[in-house]
Amino acid sequence: MSQSVESERPDRGGMTPIVQNTARIVASFAAVFGVYIAMTGHISPGGGFAGGVILAATGVLIVLAFGSRYTARIVSEPLCHAADAAGAMGFLVIALLGFVAGGFFVNFIARISPGEVGHLFSGGIIPWANLAILIKVGAALAGVFLALAAFRRVGIREEL
Amino acid sequence: MGTAIYLLAFSVLLVGLYAVVAKKNVIKVIVGVCVLDYAVNLLLVLVGYRSGGKAPILTPGEPVADFAAGAVDPLPQAMVLTSIVIGLGVTALMIAMALRLYEKFGTFDLNDIRRLRG
Amino acid sequence: MGIEYLILILIGFMLVSALIAVEARDLLSCVICVGAAGFALSVIDLLLGAPDLAITQVVVEIVALVLLIRMIVRRDDTSVQTPRDTLRTGLVLLAGGVMLAAAFFAMGHVVKGSMPPFGQPLLAAPAGAAVGPGVAADYLQRSAGETGAGNVVMAILLDYRGYDTLGEATVIFASIVGAYAILRSVARGRRKEEMPT
Repeated sequence: MSQSVESERPDRGGMTPIVQNTARIVASFAAVFGVYIAMTGHISPGGGFAGGVILAATGVLIVLAFGSRYTARIVSEPLCHAADAAGAMGFLVIALLGFVAGGFFVNFIARISPGEVGHLFSGGIIPWANLAILIKVGAALAGVFLALAAFRRVGIREEL
Repeated sequence: MGTAIYLLAFSVLLVGLYAVVAKKNVIKVIVGVCVLDYAVNLLLVLVGYRSGGKAPILTPGEPVADFAAGAVDPLPQAMVLTSIVIGLGVTALMIAMALRLYEKFGTFDLNDIRRLRG
Repeated sequence: MGIEYLILILIGFMLVSALIAVEARDLLSCVICVGAAGFALSVIDLLLGAPDLAITQVVVEIVALVLLIRMIVRRDDTSVQTPRDTLRTGLVLLAGGVMLAAAFFAMGHVVKGSMPPFGQPLLAAPAGAAVGPGVAADYLQRSAGETGAGNVVMAILLDYRGYDTLGEATVIFASIVGAYAILRSVARGRRKEEMPT
């Protein structure tokens, strides 16, 4: 079916084609699971932090299966940095928008229409804040794993 | 029973502290900081436990007064939730530093690194 | 009461696994034992009525395990060679014993009323109790009506104490940027002088 991805072993290498094809399928489900846990954080256990770490674990799976050089072409480091900053800025913007209803971090959507407990669009700013935290934590941890994986083993004891 | 649980959790904290203070290998120090993290999170969640309590998640249609009287304390859980992810960030930072140490000195042993001094 | 026995056994398992992790000679076994301690902590969280923490702890443990194993597996120096330093170990054990005794006294066995007994949280006492209503009891009662969220932990994190969450996001950001800064100087500076392997 599909061949194994071009990867230099042993330093930047991925794994055998069986692992790569399984990782392709599993990573899609795992990413959707992470977003689901983050977005329904106000109804059932989970929340933005758990969802973000699950997304980062999906990134770890891709790096382990395909090698860091191949993954860096798709999920490059500037993309991770930009998403990290965007998540943090989004969280700050949500907090500042609370001034509409009186103060910093006021739940202005819940003041207007709180919604019923158990619906997806209840909870005011909580689903949006969960989304911002999901992007931020997922991009940050995936980016740091990519940076650690791309760290090449340069010659040791250079000064001696 | 409560005293035994608290003392065991405190012992895990002491094991982590011992690893940070008295071990000569960088990896053991990192592992010690991780164990310290787990022990502190465990102690915080233990303080907020109610005997026979349920998780603090309100299902639609449940009367609020019964829920408030039977639920576990949610405040330590909220604080520990972010602490767990911060622990992962700090572990990643320490591993980056250990990688740089290995790249520069070729060993994980703190005695040798102190003698070489770059 | 059965749950409390189970919690006791699991904390004992966590203690034994932490001890093995700290004292093992081989670095790979050390790291795997830390993984076992993390998983035990996740099950303890579930038994203590904190399902959010259980989910987060499992996934954080897996990512930390992958990071640690990746660091150890490709290096040459993977076993601890130095002989044991008995004086330092003895001193640390003595200090640990003193701290444990101090914690035992703090539980309320000598000095009365220091810590609340296990199973009766201080801040979540209902309105009519002897201690007085606490902040957490307020949150439990008000959160469904005011915020409309069913998960009280999320409501506390992102609505009542949202400013703390902003601070936590800043701390995560700072540690990740620190890791980037440490790792970047190798990729940029050494690329020109890298020796062909």
